[in-house]
Amino acid sequence: MASEYDVIVIGGGPAGYPAAIRAAQNKLKVACIDEWKNKDGSAVFGGTCTNAGCIPSKALLESSELLVKTRDELGVHGIKVGGVEFDVTQMQKRKTGIVKASTNGIALLLKSAGVTALQGHGKLLAGRKVEYTAHDGKKETLSAKHVVLASGSVPTEIKSMAFDGKNIVDNWGALDFESVPKKLAVVGAGVIGLELGSVWRRVGSEVIVLEALETFLAVADQGLAKEAARHFKKQGLDIKLGAKVSGAKSTANGVEVNYADASGSQTINVDKLIVCVGRRPYTKDLLADGTGVQVDERGFIKVDDHCKTTAENIWAVGDCVRGPMLAHKAKDEGVMVGDMIAGKYGHMNYDTIPSVIYTHPEIAWVGQTEEQVKASGRPYKIGQFPFAASGRARAMESTAGFVKLIAAQDDDEVLGVHIIGPLAGELIAEAVLAMEYSASSEDLQRTIHAHPTLSEALHEAALAADKRAIDNVNR
Amino acid sequence: MAIEIKVPQLPESVADATLVTWHKQAGQSVTRDENLADLETDKVVLEVPAPVTGVLKELRIAPGTSVTSGQVLAVLEEGAAAAAGTAPTMAATQPTKPAAAAKTPAPAAGTAPTMASTSSDKLAPSVRRMVEEKQLDPAKIPASGRDGRITKGDVVEFLDKPAAPAAGKSARAPATVGAAGRQDQRVPMTRLRARIAQRLLEAQQTQAQLTTFNEIDLKAVMDVRARYKDSFEKKHGVKLGFMSFFVKAAVEALKRFPVVNASVEGNDIVYHEYYDIGVAVSTEKGLMVPVLRDVDLQSYADIEKNIGAFAQKAREGKITIEELTGGTFSVTNGGTFGSMMSTPIVNMPQSAILGMHATKERPVVVNGQIEIRPMMYVALSYDHRIIDGREAVQFLVTIKDCLEDPARLLLGV
Repeated sequence: MASEYDVIVIGGGPAGYPAAIRAAQNKLKVACIDEWKNKDGSAVFGGTCTNAGCIPSKALLESSELLVKTRDELGVHGIKVGGVEFDVTQMQKRKTGIVKASTNGIALLLKSAGVTALQGHGKLLAGRKVEYTAHDGKKETLSAKHVVLASGSVPTEIKSMAFDGKNIVDNWGALDFESVPKKLAVVGAGVIGLELGSVWRRVGSEVIVLEALETFLAVADQGLAKEAARHFKKQGLDIKLGAKVSGAKSTANGVEVNYADASGSQTINVDKLIVCVGRRPYTKDLLADGTGVQVDERGFIKVDDHCKTTAENIWAVGDCVRGPMLAHKAKDEGVMVGDMIAGKYGHMNYDTIPSVIYTHPEIAWVGQTEEQVKASGRPYKIGQFPFAASGRARAMESTAGFVKLIAAQDDDEVLGVHIIGPLAGELIAEAVLAMEYSASSEDLQRTIHAHPTLSEALHEAALAADKRAIDNVNR
Repeated sequence: MAIEIKVPQLPESVADATLVTWHKQAGQSVTRDENLADLETDKVVLEVPAPVTGVLKELRIAPGTSVTSGQVLAVLEEGAAAAAGTAPTMAATQPTKPAAAAKTPAPAAGTAPTMASTSSDKLAPSVRRMVEEKQLDPAKIPASGRDGRITKGDVVEFLDKPAAPAAGKSARAPATVGAAGRQDQRVPMTRLRARIAQRLLEAQQTQAQLTTFNEIDLKAVMDVRARYKDSFEKKHGVKLGFMSFFVKAAVEALKRFPVVNASVEGNDIVYHEYYDIGVAVSTEKGLMVPVLRDVDLQSYADIEKNIGAFAQKAREGKITIEELTGGTFSVTNGGTFGSMMSTPIVNMPQSAILGMHATKERPVVVNGQIEIRPMMYVALSYDHRIIDGREAVQFLVTIKDCLEDPARLLLGV
């Protein structure tokens, strides 16, 4: 194994492996060190996203949603279903298979790109050297012209409800439940909490979500949040706002959770507790002394707009640096750095990063919320189109939700698009592209959308902003 | 035989015209070449002559409607004047655009014929619409979008007007009724006026314009005129005015400072090797600047004749669009109205304009003595992007020197 590289990437998750592959595509000599180990001890690439986040959660969300559909929603189609049974072990088996296929896929991609894939721990030393410790303990010092730090993040742990790996778990643990918990409490009604809460609710758990803030989904457009809250309530997710959890402890038969809300102190007893109140950047044993890399007070590696750290030729990308902790943000940062190291143009547009919540109905948005536009003082107009008015949505029996478009009054620029409804995560892509080109609502109005599709909803929402919708009453 | 009266072929840079007035009504007899209607474009008013003698049978377009080349305006029945009979009223054709269209400033593009369609392939849908609706040249719109694309916001900013609905609403606001006799009268701009307004604003917003002044002692020119005006008129059949002197002096200065005769196109300076000088003429309808072609090759008599002809045509509203386009330099004379000094606005895409003013007898110092001389202040407004102060000043000094000592024009010094 060589000891000198053009680029060493520490971290093989959704920030690290794209950085490595792009650098290799730019004809650089690249090594990618990754230390992820699964619970069964296998060392795999892909990081949190592939192993304990995006991929496994989507697999479970899909399976659980199909269960609900089969059990409750096929009758209207004339399909009689009786005796629906659910095997959680099989659901988990499928998830594991998908995760495995994904991690194998990444390993293959790294290999095909010519990246030297090293499994073990990477530590940045002074002078752009990297100490690589393989899983068997063997140490080696490598040197590189550039080093990319992509060490990711870990779930924020709260001491008063420390993870015990059994009944008080983080998101990874929640993905691996081997049986359906009878009663499940979730601390944090964020993206992860809502998605995991949905999964287990659908397959039979009684789910209580405890959110400390008074506002539900404060990060999203509140019109969207209100609609979402309505649907989650209908689905049986008991979301308590303003509920501050003081602590939880494992008991003989589960978990005792203590929290305080408007009416005072409360205690509930559940089988499992998922704590998902956020994630923090992970830089444990990453930086030796004298590297020149600085970390801010919240633990993020300090970088500029192009992901350069304070040390020369040391870069950092993904969850370990500022910005939304999203896999696609990580990926594009990794690719940007892979290009910049090779002397090419690299750029990140942080204003057009979409967010998706894979609940049902699905939620997605890009750009500013109505609250943000209002606060900016710029006069705006709104166009909204409900999926209930969409022929395609009706045919799909998925009429919940709407598309909401916000545009500026002065020059019609699209400022934000918010979607709740079927395939929102896919539909948002058009809005992202439009905003990348500084499109106006008129540009969307004058673009043909196939009929009958869900994508028409964006077309009609754009028209509605000027009160010229065709397939909905303009108010 | 029924003949369709169509909109004449409009010049290249004009997309449509507005039918302003019908001079004849349906059922009336017309003679060949008689003017049937007036069509107003951004630059001129066009006439629609009757091709043959006959009776106007049917008017198809209502006044205030926008029409395009070749569109049928009316039907004429050839033959001797027919009896009055049933006068068919105008066919009920809805105007293609509401009356508000007459108010909408629809400026033709600057100089070079700019067809929005040729550059529409890379334009966003909203931009395509705006460029076509308002006959804009995309090349002139500063772009802030990705890869230099023009966004709708860029066009909005370029046009410097509020969002359409607001403008539309305000145009329909009722006149304020105050105490008796204090009413406001809202009159929409004519197309010509709106176009003039837009071009003037465009010039100021595009060029780095400023004005340099000087004064000219016109005694020498006046002496020449006094000596030769009679023989000039006798020989050439036209009065010897001042304009020919100024125009000739301008040409001499343009030859010495070619950049003043140039125009800016994108990032290029285009030097013109010919001298087409526009001479501003004031009419009821507005200011027009017909162009004298190849002034360096014209004699003083030619210049005076042509200027006179333009003035006549302007008064009659008969100046053609071709006569108004092109031009590498312009001269304007505010002195006819009494102006002492002013800062004319450059006639884009030209880069400079000479302003003449009223001639007033003033005491000035000549060779150490005070004398009364006929003095005129002159102004040169110029585009500082390509013409530097030194050149502008010296250009004006050249004109001054040539007029204060006309022998210079003769000898080219």
